[in-house]
Amino acid sequence: MKFLDQPPRFLFFTGKGGVGKTSIACATAIQLAANGKHVLLVSTDPASNVGQVFGISIGNTVTHVPAVPNLSALEIDPQAAAQVYRDRIVGPVRGILPDDVVRGIEEQLSGACTTEIAAFDEFTSLLVDSPLTADYDHIVFDTAPTGHTIRLLQLPGAWSGFLEEGKGDASCLGPLAGLEKQREQYKAAVEALADDKRTRLILVARAQQSTLREVARTHEELAGIGLKQQHLVINGILPKIEAETDSLAAAIYKREQAALNAIPEVLKSLPQDQVALKAFDLVGLDALRQLLIDTPYKALGNSDSSVELDKPSLSQLVDSIAVDGHGLVMTMGKGGVGKTTIAAAVAVELAHRGLPVHLTTSDPAAHLSDTLNGTLDNLTVSRIDPHEETERYRQHVLETKGATLDAHGRALLEEDLRSPCTEEIAVFQAFSRIIREAGKKFVVMDTAPTGHTLLLLDATGAYHREVARQMDKANLHFTTPMMQLQDPKQTKILIVTLAEKTPVLEAANLQSDLQRAGIKPWAWVVNNSIAATKSTSALLHQRALNELVEINSVAKQYSKRYAVVPMLKDEPVGVKRLMELAGN
Amino acid sequence: MTKSIQVFDPAMCCSSGVCGTEVDQQLVSFSADTDWAKKNGAQIERFNLAQQPMDFANNKVVRDFLERSGQDALPLILVDGELALAGRYPNRTELARWAGIALILEATPTSGCCSGGKCC
Repeated sequence: MKFLDQPPRFLFFTGKGGVGKTSIACATAIQLAANGKHVLLVSTDPASNVGQVFGISIGNTVTHVPAVPNLSALEIDPQAAAQVYRDRIVGPVRGILPDDVVRGIEEQLSGACTTEIAAFDEFTSLLVDSPLTADYDHIVFDTAPTGHTIRLLQLPGAWSGFLEEGKGDASCLGPLAGLEKQREQYKAAVEALADDKRTRLILVARAQQSTLREVARTHEELAGIGLKQQHLVINGILPKIEAETDSLAAAIYKREQAALNAIPEVLKSLPQDQVALKAFDLVGLDALRQLLIDTPYKALGNSDSSVELDKPSLSQLVDSIAVDGHGLVMTMGKGGVGKTTIAAAVAVELAHRGLPVHLTTSDPAAHLSDTLNGTLDNLTVSRIDPHEETERYRQHVLETKGATLDAHGRALLEEDLRSPCTEEIAVFQAFSRIIREAGKKFVVMDTAPTGHTLLLLDATGAYHREVARQMDKANLHFTTPMMQLQDPKQTKILIVTLAEKTPVLEAANLQSDLQRAGIKPWAWVVNNSIAATKSTSALLHQRALNELVEINSVAKQYSKRYAVVPMLKDEPVGVKRLMELAGN
Repeated sequence: MTKSIQVFDPAMCCSSGVCGTEVDQQLVSFSADTDWAKKNGAQIERFNLAQQPMDFANNKVVRDFLERSGQDALPLILVDGELALAGRYPNRTELARWAGIALILEATPTSGCCSGGKCC
């Protein structure tokens, strides 16, 4: 593995949930320790099974791992770190200020920014020289801060204006004000990150077009702020030999190889490693030791038993949606789980039943909306370009708010406008123009604001006024958008996930975030399931068995109403394949 | 002795108002007016309920106001510790009067108050 060649002191693994960052980070730590190095492994994965892997409980103190000489580990729970931070701010005023005021403050501090900054605060101490880390040759992190966080910390305006005085114009850095560490320590941490002699960043991806595109964006963003030493690891590639025995395996192999051949130009120059898909579960020391070793692959061939899956199809879910005759359907989930595909499949199913549907999508590839447009009676398709909408919003803010600011203040405002919240708000604003149609027909959209954003928008009232004005124009019976989203008769939210551990956990977090805003997701959709196919490949069979565990936990813990959507041989584009996806 | 002006903002993610669906013109104008008044020697401090709640809790006037009228009634402006204005942001003329800045024929005050806010 090239990324293990002469590794610097700090190794960061980054990539979206479910690509295998934690497994690869564990395997890396084990290998470095086996070479006689003293290693500290730091995990911030909410689904962290690092303790389980080593058969000990770790938690948020550095713990020696008895089974692996030279290895210690530490688990940071970003949610818990954010909670500690919230308690520190809110604790002293509880009981003094009115309860609803205290609740409002807590909500302000419940966003993704707070969690991200609180987690960064936790690991700054590991990046600067201190007695705590002096004994370690390598510190391996299974996550990395986002470009947005690092850039904010690099801006001089962020410090002089807000953090040092503790008041004045707050920004996305607001949460840092209540944190304990000093400016010098954050500065030193950011410098360590950008120092290629000390830090290597390893981008972890799967051999999928959308994932590789996302990784290319991360690469450019982080390279742009000085993190030049980057490697690429493509995990979970289906071995060629497996493709010879099964038609689904063959299709997956073909698709993965095509994605690898069409790898984004900017990623081509990076040192690249490929890790083959393993049939075994990556739990336990032996399994992890083998992960990075290229053992000659022995074809597993056909499996004698097949997975029996008798789960509801998407088409069955659509039957219940169709009953109302009109309404708003939103798909929600982390990037890459297939929100757009599921939204399109639901729209096609509804239109096929003779119901009027407007599908509106933020699909960046546009090929889905292009292939659907005008192909089916009752179906209209429109597309919103998230980048265009965000850019328009950004310009508007800079022209109004930014006009009076000095250079530092303006730089800070520009960075605030690159936060994930900004894009979410800008896109949702664009979508909200279409929502009002849901009183007469079905409106299906492949995005939804998080519960946190909804609560904030509702609290400021700005959103309320905005939509109230539009409702007035359309002469509709007046309800607030919050009421509309909270009423399952009017709005059905479908949470989309994959049958894998981390994506299911991330989906569960989305769900509890919505519930905080009084919105109960209507159903879950488990996408891209191998268990829902009739594959006879033994390798895929093993993965299907693992999927069953996750599918059952979705059904038992998270949503009584759910559907499982099979992985298709071909990309689900066009009416016919979308209907196949829904189970027809 | 310059009078001290304290502004108690409602809970905001950021005082720039960037996080709303539309940029609140009142906040934009008030930021500009605050800068202007400071340049003319005024003493103005702002407190954000989401980030400095202790400053709200420690001040009896503010605490009682929140108890009585709730957070929707913010912002609250104190001049030398006494209630001067509530429910909207002050305009440039008001800031000037409190801070004792002589307004030399500033023909057009920048803060228009009818931009969709609560005040009209």
